[in-house]
Amino acid sequence: MAANPMNQFNVYRIGPEIKLGNVDISFTNASLFMVISTIAILIVLNLGAKKKSLIPDKVQLLAELSYSFVSKMISDTAGTKAKPYFSFIFSLFMFVLFCNMFGMIPYSFTVTSHIIVTFVLAAFIFIGVTIIGFIKHGLGYLKLFVPSGVPMVLLPLIVVIEIISYLSRPISLSVRLFANMMAGHTMMKVFGGFVVSLGIVGGWLPLSFSVALTGLEILVAFLQAYVFAILTCIYLNDALNLHH
Amino acid sequence: MLKKIIIKFLFSFVLITKVQSAESGGMPQLNPEFWISQIVWLVITFGALYIILSKVILPKISDNLESRRSQILENIEIAEKQREESEDKIKEFDKIILNSKLEAKNLFNAARQKVLDDIDKKRSELEKNLEEEIEIAEKEIQNLNKSSAENIKKIATETSLGLIKQLIGEEMNKENISSIVNDLTNNSKENRKNV
Repeated sequence: MAANPMNQFNVYRIGPEIKLGNVDISFTNASLFMVISTIAILIVLNLGAKKKSLIPDKVQLLAELSYSFVSKMISDTAGTKAKPYFSFIFSLFMFVLFCNMFGMIPYSFTVTSHIIVTFVLAAFIFIGVTIIGFIKHGLGYLKLFVPSGVPMVLLPLIVVIEIISYLSRPISLSVRLFANMMAGHTMMKVFGGFVVSLGIVGGWLPLSFSVALTGLEILVAFLQAYVFAILTCIYLNDALNLHH
Repeated sequence: MLKKIIIKFLFSFVLITKVQSAESGGMPQLNPEFWISQIVWLVITFGALYIILSKVILPKISDNLESRRSQILENIEIAEKQREESEDKIKEFDKIILNSKLEAKNLFNAARQKVLDDIDKKRSELEKNLEEEIEIAEKEIQNLNKSSAENIKKIATETSLGLIKQLIGEEMNKENISSIVNDLTNNSKENRKNV
């Protein structure tokens, strides 16, 4: 049934079934939108980077503004030590942002509304940050779980809580993005369905809701990409500058 | 109408949950059929994005920003230099204006002095002339005074002669009368002196 608001999240194969050994890695609509987002980012940024005028035009301004936006975000939250990871965080921010934004186009597919995608990204960040932390500080990185200025009596409890909170980082990071995107798109679909089912007489109220929700969802799409990137910066900051 | 909408709203939720449970059972996100495919394609696309961005595009943007910043700094430096130059020029200009003002003042003073001197000279000349003329006039007046006294005597003598002739009908000696007139005038002079 087309009215099912969850149908928009269905993944289906496009083209032939590709199998690598026993594993199905077919090209799906999710893959299609990943590729579209990637190519769109590359085209826009490449156009922006190609021109080297002193007074930038719109495309160049877009590329340079996003560059300085992410650059400022990193230096504000993680300091100068995080500079080598700029490219990664920039790619992450742009990828999530473009996937979210492409999801706002009707009949498109939202890559980031799938827990597996966001979880892989978050898990990669989590593992990477942990490795960086151990490389930079050795076993001293474990001090992250022992906050300073805590009474000895409370310490066992605090350490357990800290460890749980550290381990739940990839889950919270991935579920935040996935749940936001899924809930927003479901809501939009539900209200869109109301417009049709209530008809010309009663459909105006859900229609206005739909319009408002579209604006809200665009905001959320940007905000969640920003939050995803800034939390990555904060985790990176913990690993680089250990002052917990 | 609002009631109708609310009822429809609630009803459609019931409908949705019914349809869902009837169809595939929950969210497509939790269906692991395409998980591996999504992971593989995520790694491919994100990896490609990261490599291309970090190796090709981001250095270009960074270069652009850097070159613009240095260009702006350079321009600011040039502007600063030009500003200093113009300030120097203004100082020079002020000095020139001050000097010319002083010069003008000097010129004015000199001209005034000259005019005053001229006036003084002319005045003294005039005064000298006046004094000379006054002297001449005084001399004339003195001469006139002297001659008038004699004339008066003469007239007095003649008129007294005429009077006597009219009164008495006889001609008197002219010398006698003039001596009498002389005596009288001397007497009157003495009287005047006495007074």
